[in-house]
Amino acid sequence: MKYIDEYRDEKIARTLLQQIAGRLTREWVVMEVCGGQTHTIVKYGIDRMLPEGVRVVHGPGCPVCVTPLEKIDQAIAIAQLRDVIFCSFGDMMRVPGSETDLHRVKAGGGDVRVVYSPLDALTLARENPAKRVVFFAVGFETTAPANAFAAWQARQEGMQNFFMLVSHVRVPPALSAVLTAPDNRVQGFLAAGHVCAVMGTREYEPLAEQYHVPIVPTGFEPLDLLEGIDRVVRQLEAGEARVENQYTRVVTPDGNRAAQERIFSVFEICDQTWRGIGEIPASGFRLKNDFAAHDAAAAFDIAAIAPSESSRCMSGDILQGRKTPADCPAFGNECTPGNPLGATMVSSEGACAAFYHFGRHEKPASETPREG
Amino acid sequence: MCLSVPGKVLDISHEEGFRMGRVDFGGVVKKVCLEYLPEIRVGDYALVHVGFAISRVLPEEAAKTLKLLNELGELERGENR
Ligand code: SF4
Repeated sequence: MKYIDEYRDEKIARTLLQQIAGRLTREWVVMEVCGGQTHTIVKYGIDRMLPEGVRVVHGPGCPVCVTPLEKIDQAIAIAQLRDVIFCSFGDMMRVPGSETDLHRVKAGGGDVRVVYSPLDALTLARENPAKRVVFFAVGFETTAPANAFAAWQARQEGMQNFFMLVSHVRVPPALSAVLTAPDNRVQGFLAAGHVCAVMGTREYEPLAEQYHVPIVPTGFEPLDLLEGIDRVVRQLEAGEARVENQYTRVVTPDGNRAAQERIFSVFEICDQTWRGIGEIPASGFRLKNDFAAHDAAAAFDIAAIAPSESSRCMSGDILQGRKTPADCPAFGNECTPGNPLGATMVSSEGACAAFYHFGRHEKPASETPREG
Repeated sequence: MCLSVPGKVLDISHEEGFRMGRVDFGGVVKKVCLEYLPEIRVGDYALVHVGFAISRVLPEEAAKTLKLLNELGELERGENR
């Protein structure tokens, strides 16, 4: 496919790897922010091909993984109601709540529909006036334009039966949280290209400056990531800390203005809890008061739900780059995509799922601490 | 879920008051909302996420990146000779 296959050339990849190796005078730790980048890195084994002096660690950029347990439990409670059609993106279906998941609610007779776009949920609401249609609006800034559009359109049409359960996250405050954690090891970032396609790159400039870290928005093909790593390493070796856009074919400094306008006419910035990580100030979006009529948090009696998290899952450490899935004793045995203990094992963008799908649970004996 | 894919805009229409279009992803054609790309034209490539085009792929920039990458590849081939 055009704009994809060209960025997968093996020969060029090898040259980039040599170029990175040639720059290294010491060790560096680089975090790829987005789960889509994690997926490519693990799929192509980029982390294993890199020279020893540069390590990539996986970041918090998987919306499925960081949606707070409380919201999952609220979604499950709403989806069980008789007069509700509950709409969700497919990869939220198996995310474990405190007791069950949306997939099991559906199997038990709940009307839970997997939708590809929030537009599909709007259509369902128009076609089913006797039902309350609730859309689980999760995501990063990439998804915010679509979800904002749905709320806007519902208000425009005066729909009485369309609601959104919103759990939206923003990347820049999460990067601050990673960098200010006491045991942080991350020295440079590959920023999430598609988040930047919407928001632009300017909001990363204060971060690069304040924390003195190189931030390089990249694409999602192997050559994009290798070129991004090369640029981060070049900056680190030179003592620089700038925002440097690798993904210029899609990302501009200003981003998509029309999308931003719609986002900020529908949503306002709020504090947000990230599953496994905790609350990060100003890291979320919630519906503005003007859209209260479509806010599931107001329309449904869900405030009292008290979540309880599995104590065995270490996905919080994984999402902040402190641990890798292979460090988790449950990985690949008690915890698999078919029976996930944590959200990072569910989405294809979750680090645990990516490791599992690409065979990383078959550890060589020397790497298996439990059998040593 | 965060997956976004580039596809070619085949046509542009107006439905229920907003801009929609059919986009071709390597043979798979989908209806996509084009509201956020007022400048997009038939034949352009757009990056699509959950049914919404969020960015136009800039051909000049793509060519620049590719040229740089290919020059690296040439270097490698040259060294191997
Ligand atoms: S392998 Fe499972 S239990 Fe371990 S951190 Fe990943 S999701 Fe959590």
